[in-house]
Amino acid sequence: MSTFYFIAFLSIFFSILVISAKNPVHSILYLVLTFFTFTIHYILMNAQFLAVVNFIVYMGAILVLFLYTLMLINLSKESEPRKSNLVKLAAVIGGGCFLVTIVAALKAFKISEPVILHDPNLGLVKNLGKILFNEYLLPFEVSSILLLSAMVGAVLLATKEPKTT
Amino acid sequence: METLTQNIQAIPLNHYILLCSIIFAIGVTGVLIRRNAIVIFMSVELMLNSVNLLLTAFSVYRGDATGQVFVFFIMALAAAEVAVGLAIIVMIYRNTNSIDINVLNRLKW
Repeated sequence: MSTFYFIAFLSIFFSILVISAKNPVHSILYLVLTFFTFTIHYILMNAQFLAVVNFIVYMGAILVLFLYTLMLINLSKESEPRKSNLVKLAAVIGGGCFLVTIVAALKAFKISEPVILHDPNLGLVKNLGKILFNEYLLPFEVSSILLLSAMVGAVLLATKEPKTT
Repeated sequence: METLTQNIQAIPLNHYILLCSIIFAIGVTGVLIRRNAIVIFMSVELMLNSVNLLLTAFSVYRGDATGQVFVFFIMALAAAEVAVGLAIIVMIYRNTNSIDINVLNRLKW
């Protein structure tokens, strides 16, 4: 039980570091750590399929993509002009107001039953695969079209235009 | 794995909602306080992930695997979104030599 609170603390700590680190590379590395804590959360909930997908897709693919983009973009100069302190204060107050609203709504709900895993097979690959390929077959195929079009769009956007046209 | 799943038995659902709300609020704050387009993108990823975690928690709470299937779709969508978004950022950098989002306010004209 205390594992959850420790990991939750680490998640919040690293995600604060993500938005407050000055160097964008450090920010990405802290994001890797944050996603690793999320993977541990999934394992704690016995959602093994999601844990593996989160580990491979987020920590493997997406963050490597971020790092490569940052390498392509030359940030060697201390480039980022900081926002003024007034804007930062207003932003923090805005985020805090959002959080207060959510927490107040949560107080009104009064739901606090414990999360209990009734069916230990719930998050396993076998169970999720059956659901995915029976009830959600059409959205699955549509998401493959989405990925294909995103790939074509990314290639189209990122290639240099020929100078002659 | 048995001992790990024993750990979760007594966490109230409220604490999951609280954790995910805090991380979502951190993501919102990150979008507001940073001017680097890549860091803003990372804050958006943080928000997506907090919602994923909450969906999984509700899925375990209700004993319904649909929530986890939704998380899978959200991850596929996030991958597509990141690919296109980073391509756009690279293109913006090529045109303006900066990824400061304040440079982009001349898109208005």
